[in-house]
Amino acid sequence: MSPQGAQLRSVGRSYRIPLPGLAALALGLVTLALVLVFFVVPNDANQGFSQRIFYFHVSIALTAYACFVGGAWKALVHLWKRDPLADLESYVAVHQGLIFGSLVLITGSIWAKISWGHWWLWSEDQLVLFLVLFLFYAAYFMLRFSVDPGPQRANLSAVYALFGVVLIPVSFLAIRIAKDFIHPVVFTRHGPSFGGWILVAYCVSQIAMLALAYALYRVELAGKRLDERLRGLREVLA
Amino acid sequence: MTTAEKYVTAAYCAVFAIVLVYVVIIALKLTRLEREVDELVEGMKAEAKPAQAERERTLVG
Repeated sequence: MSPQGAQLRSVGRSYRIPLPGLAALALGLVTLALVLVFFVVPNDANQGFSQRIFYFHVSIALTAYACFVGGAWKALVHLWKRDPLADLESYVAVHQGLIFGSLVLITGSIWAKISWGHWWLWSEDQLVLFLVLFLFYAAYFMLRFSVDPGPQRANLSAVYALFGVVLIPVSFLAIRIAKDFIHPVVFTRHGPSFGGWILVAYCVSQIAMLALAYALYRVELAGKRLDERLRGLREVLA
Repeated sequence: MTTAEKYVTAAYCAVFAIVLVYVVIIALKLTRLEREVDELVEGMKAEAKPAQAERERTLVG
């Protein structure tokens, strides 16, 4: 088989869950989460109705972290095994993380406006560190697209994605080392700081966001793989 | 509708709007890929026709 043919064949991977089934599962879970959030869980004693942002805000934040960790893992696989698909998977995972990261910033700002009366507080370590993480990964795309496609670009992107993962525990733990604790602490050393329907709604929302992110990841990856195959086919025919 | 209800609605609408915009962008990219595949197939068909005609002429001659 020619090198181009081998490359075409290597740009592909089979998955256990078919994409339409995954998309339907994500849609069902998101609908269930919305029903629980708006019709089942009671109002929070301290924050009232505005606390309902928490179910999606926290779920989206943890999903963004998961995407960045997934991107770093795929970057490591690329550097280790020189798998061309791993580079593509790392790129798509980081892209998903950035989309979910922007959703965290938007929903968090809205929540901050209701709870604190400000859209943004520069004195809050948690907010600023998440913004640093977000901007770091936004710069990933500037780096990636400033280098011509090829092994050099893939290696540079992989190393950058691996460096970024160091910021995730810093961002996650910032709330615990903050001095003024304005931002609510959801998970303590003794487990989640809530129970009952709130916990159920949160868990469903978390699973729904992870399923949605994974479905979107698979859709984008399928498009990118198709693009790669098409480019390979053009090279073979040229 | 209270102020809190308005903000919560805005937050959830923002989430769905961004996901929707993302899906639309992916759909547009897939449409472009589909068009490129069609162009490639048309190009191959156009290249194949003269070659086939040449083979037929050779057989008849």
